[in-house]
Amino acid sequence: MHPTPVRELELDLDAFEGPFDLLLTLLLKEAIEPREVDVAGIVLAFVERLVERDEVDLEGCGEFLVLISALLELKARSLFPDETAELDALEPEEAAEELARRLAEYRRMKEAAAWLVQRLASEHDRWFRLGPAPLAPRAERRLAAQDASALAVALRGLAVPPPNVSLSHMALRFPPVSQFLERFRSLLARRRRFDFDAEVGGFSRVEQAVAFLALLELRKSGEIALSQAVPFAPIRVSRADDERILTWTARSA
Amino acid sequence: MDSPLRLIASNPVDRLARTVEALLVVASVPLSVAELAEAADDDPERVETALALLRERYAEGRSGIVLERVAGGYAFRASRDAADACARLFERPVERGLSQAALETLAIVAYLGPCSRPEIARIRGVAADSAVASLVERGLIAEAGRESGPAGAVRYRTTALFERVFGLESLAALPRVDDLGADAGELRDRLLEVASARAS
Repeated sequence: MHPTPVRELELDLDAFEGPFDLLLTLLLKEAIEPREVDVAGIVLAFVERLVERDEVDLEGCGEFLVLISALLELKARSLFPDETAELDALEPEEAAEELARRLAEYRRMKEAAAWLVQRLASEHDRWFRLGPAPLAPRAERRLAAQDASALAVALRGLAVPPPNVSLSHMALRFPPVSQFLERFRSLLARRRRFDFDAEVGGFSRVEQAVAFLALLELRKSGEIALSQAVPFAPIRVSRADDERILTWTARSA
Repeated sequence: MDSPLRLIASNPVDRLARTVEALLVVASVPLSVAELAEAADDDPERVETALALLRERYAEGRSGIVLERVAGGYAFRASRDAADACARLFERPVERGLSQAALETLAIVAYLGPCSRPEIARIRGVAADSAVASLVERGLIAEAGRESGPAGAVRYRTTALFERVFGLESLAALPRVDDLGADAGELRDRLLEVASARAS
C-alpha cells in the first residue's frame, strides 16, 4: 500500500491554493497569517482524499494529524497573543505602569464583586416569580426548509438491520481435565518420563491449555516432577519417585 | 392610617390601571412602559400615570404584593414581610452558592460587557470557563454576539434576571467604577519600590 502523500495534498482555500507542503513552508516563513488559514477546509480536503483512495492509510493519517495539530497551535497562538511577551517587550517603567493598570482593574472588579455580595445580602428578602408564566406566548419554532427525500434516505440508513453478532466463541468445547490426567498417568506407567510439548503438539490450543491444567494438577498432588532447561524450552515430565531417587543419588555421590 | 385598596374603576385612568395591573400579573419578566402601552393599546404617558397609581396602591407595607421598578421595567414581587414564608415554599437556586470566581466574573461582565472569556481571563489572571458556564446556566449572563475577526470569541452580557436578582433598576444603578478599587498610580509606585528593593 502506498502512503498518502500528505504534504502534496492539493488545497483550494480562500487564503491559499496549492500543495499542503507549500502552505506549511509559507506559514513557517510568516508569509501567510495563520489566522487566515481555514483549518477545517484542509481537514475536509484530506478526508475527501482518503475517501477517494477507499483504503485506510494509518501512516498518512498519523502524519496528517501531527501537521494539522502544529498548524492549529500556530493559529491558536496568533489568535491569543502572549501577554507575558507583551510585558517583556516593554521598558521596566512601562511594564510597571501596565502591570499596575491591570492590577487596579482587577482590584476594581474584586470590589465590585464584594458590592454585589452585599447587595445580594440586602436584597435576600425580595421574592418574585421566575420562569415562564402560564400564559407566556409560545415561541415560534422556525425550521429551515426540509427535503423530505433526504429525510427518507437518512431514515433508510437507520432502518438497515444490524450485522449478525458472531457467537462462535460460545461453541468452544473444553475437554475434561480428567481425560488428560488419565492419559498422563498411563503414559508414566509405561515410560519413566515424557516430553509435554511433543505429547500435546497435535492438539488444538484449547486442548493444549486443558492438558497443561492437568499437568499442574498432577504436580500439585505430588505425582510428577517437572523440569525445564530454560524458559520456553520443552517441559520434561517424569515420575515423582524417580526424580527423588535421582536427587538422592546425586547427593550421595 | 392608609386607606383600603380601591379597586372599583370609575374613571378612564382607573380602568387603564386595572388593565396594566392584569398585564403585570400574567408577565414573568419586567415590562417596560412601551410594552405595557402596546399591550394595553393606550398612550405611554397615560400608562405612566396608571403605573404611578398602581405603585401607590402596591407600595411596600400596604399589600402582600409590591410593584417595583426593576431591570428597565415594572414587575410585581412579594412584600418583604412575606419573605420568610416565601423562603419556606421555594428555594433560590439562581443566586445560591455563587462562588467568588463567579461573582468576580459577574462584576466584570456587568461593568465591561459585552465581553469575552479571554477578556475576563485577562483581568482575573485565570481561566473563566467554569465561572462563565455557571453564570450562563443560572441565567445571570447570556451570549451577546462574537468579537470581530475570524474565530471571534463569544461575548457575554448580563441579563434582566441579573438586574432583578440584585434589585437594580438598570446597570446604571451599579456604583461608579471610579469609586471602586485602588489608584493605578499608587500601585505603580509600590511596584517600582519593590523592583528597586530587589535590584539593590
